[in-house]
Amino acid sequence: MRKLLSMAAAAVLSFGVVGAEAADKLKVGFIYVGPIGDYGWSYQHNQGRLAIEAAFGDKVETVYIESVSEGPDAERAIERLARDGAGLIYSTSFGFMNPTLKVAKKFPDVKFEHSTGYKRAANVSTYSARFYEGRYVIGQIAARMSKTGTAGYIGSFPIPEVIRGINAFMLGAQSVDPDFKVKIVWANSWYDPGKEADAAKALLDQGVDVLAQHTDSPAPLQVAEERGAIGFGQASDMIKFAPKGQLTAIVDDWSVYYVNRTKAVLDGTWESTDTWGGLDAEMVLMAPFTNMPEDVANAAKETVEKIRSGKLHPFTGPIYKQDGELAVADGILLDDQAMLGMNWYVKGIDDQLPQ
Amino acid sequence: MRLELEKRAEHSRTMAVLSPLLALLLTLVSGAIMFALLGQDPVRALYTFFIEPLTASWSLQELVVKAAPLILIAVGLAVCYLSNTWNIGAEGQFTFGAIAGSLLPIMVPGFETPLTLPLMLLMGIAGGMLWGAIPAFLKIRFGANEILTSLMLVYVAQLFLDWLVRGPWRDPEGFNFPESRLFSDAAILQPLADGRMHVGALFALLAVIAMSVILMKTLKGFEVRVLGQAPRAGQFAGFSRNKMVLFAFLLSGGLAGLAGISEVSGSINQLTPVISPGYGFTAIIVAFLGRLNPIGIFIAGFLLALSYLGGEAAQVSLGLSDKTTRVFQGMLLFYVLACDTLILYRIRLTRTFAPSGKEA
Repeated sequence: MRKLLSMAAAAVLSFGVVGAEAADKLKVGFIYVGPIGDYGWSYQHNQGRLAIEAAFGDKVETVYIESVSEGPDAERAIERLARDGAGLIYSTSFGFMNPTLKVAKKFPDVKFEHSTGYKRAANVSTYSARFYEGRYVIGQIAARMSKTGTAGYIGSFPIPEVIRGINAFMLGAQSVDPDFKVKIVWANSWYDPGKEADAAKALLDQGVDVLAQHTDSPAPLQVAEERGAIGFGQASDMIKFAPKGQLTAIVDDWSVYYVNRTKAVLDGTWESTDTWGGLDAEMVLMAPFTNMPEDVANAAKETVEKIRSGKLHPFTGPIYKQDGELAVADGILLDDQAMLGMNWYVKGIDDQLPQ
Repeated sequence: MRLELEKRAEHSRTMAVLSPLLALLLTLVSGAIMFALLGQDPVRALYTFFIEPLTASWSLQELVVKAAPLILIAVGLAVCYLSNTWNIGAEGQFTFGAIAGSLLPIMVPGFETPLTLPLMLLMGIAGGMLWGAIPAFLKIRFGANEILTSLMLVYVAQLFLDWLVRGPWRDPEGFNFPESRLFSDAAILQPLADGRMHVGALFALLAVIAMSVILMKTLKGFEVRVLGQAPRAGQFAGFSRNKMVLFAFLLSGGLAGLAGISEVSGSINQLTPVISPGYGFTAIIVAFLGRLNPIGIFIAGFLLALSYLGGEAAQVSLGLSDKTTRVFQGMLLFYVLACDTLILYRIRLTRTFAPSGKEA
């Protein structure tokens, strides 16, 4: 009976919806955690979607659902894309991990790409970018540019991804100025322009003159611009929001990865994989180095080049934890597993991790 | 000539029936105009919004999944608002119920018996009641404004949950990501069909029936109404205002707690930093949209759930932005509330010079 009902429903549906796709067209679906107009995380993923459209033209059709809350709504949104005939679905936030896996189990023929998670299945790949490489670079710039020797850092949530970023920033800064200080404020949100701006103002009031952020809106940078301070863009090049204030930005570039993975589905060569690419894979790009003396820009370019060629690894020992305990022995590279689960600060950070 | 609102001597029964229909009609017309301006075929857009989610078994089930917690919370809130008790913190009671109910599957994951689920549900209800009891106590003992205390406790509960899933209740195999372990099968409310609809939906149905009976047929229901509309008369009748505050908070807190643990157990299967897309706040809208009547709330819950599902459908099949959806939802709510004015008032067309000679 149930089958009959759903068949009838399917018939109604296909009758009701105009313009059913030709069978050979691949439908690619995207789930965004924020609005595509955030100029940060979701914006960049949407740029990746547009890159797919540009690369494959008529061979693909893309659809997306934006501002999907991480929680009970996520599974429904992902399932809708699968039901709607998507053959490849990108779920672009960590909180979509378990919902993605649940839907993937129900739709074994649909390919799923989940960003920043760690659980995979035969039809679920994971991917992320080594943003910490960029954070090491901006840490160095901050230490060279700051007059007060103190940077402000706006964090979203104290998860390994963000803590790794703070540590990389600090290690970069310490490589220039061993006494460099960083003040951290948690916004407890990925995207909340009001809160982010308040955090930026509070930090500047406390004598910070360089701002870094791990939240997605350009608001902190706009505050820096207004106050004559400097800062770094997050996720996308935010230079238009702070033409005098932005030094550079860590740009998430998903285009190459998205185009490659979509091509793999079209060619029938798609396999479940785990990708963690950085500056070398061009998944992380640095926006042009602006508003800084030439020597600082050159030093930054040199660091980028060293990381890209593998000569420099931001998490190379000796690295000490806050309490002085040796975390990474001299000359050793911290492995990916340890980086994925990072929940400790490096020495020199005064902040206490909210636990 | 101008329009004038004139208070009716008593509620218009015709309008009570007609106003939601009128609101729906106005929403459809305005929606059609908006969609046409956006370059969409209005008929197709409205179809996508209101009909498409009703055409497949899976999305019908999703509709129930979305509506159930809203209804469950809103019927409890209705008792609060009818009795003039202002519980704004159902979101917190929902969250705390979810936390209390998750104690077992997270702390004692090996405890997998037929008793696990009933115990979890009871603890969820108790958790919600406990969280609701705090503003009730503060109001009774110190006269603290329950609107503020219940609202503030929402943030306390949310931050407590946040702390738990980042700290002590973090999944030991989860790479330090802020999520609890997944519940075992014994701790999961089973699906009722092939989709995501789970046993929690039945709780909402039972709550609607039970609250209808209590409010219409029992002395308690009479007490709720009297204390809400005429507190002094209620006191002469020997009803205690304080006991009513406590009753309303415990009832609504318990139901919100039940909704919380049902959602976590049946739908998410673990605790995460975010377990609710604002159910506790949306339920306030549902309660008033349903005119604080359990049956009305039942309908309102589904209507609101439909607008969310329709919004997603519109994003996928029409490429409409999620902002359009929000505007559309806003129009629906606005018209429903605006048309309700007609129950208490009638619109009269008056001439500038009224026959009585009075100029207004």
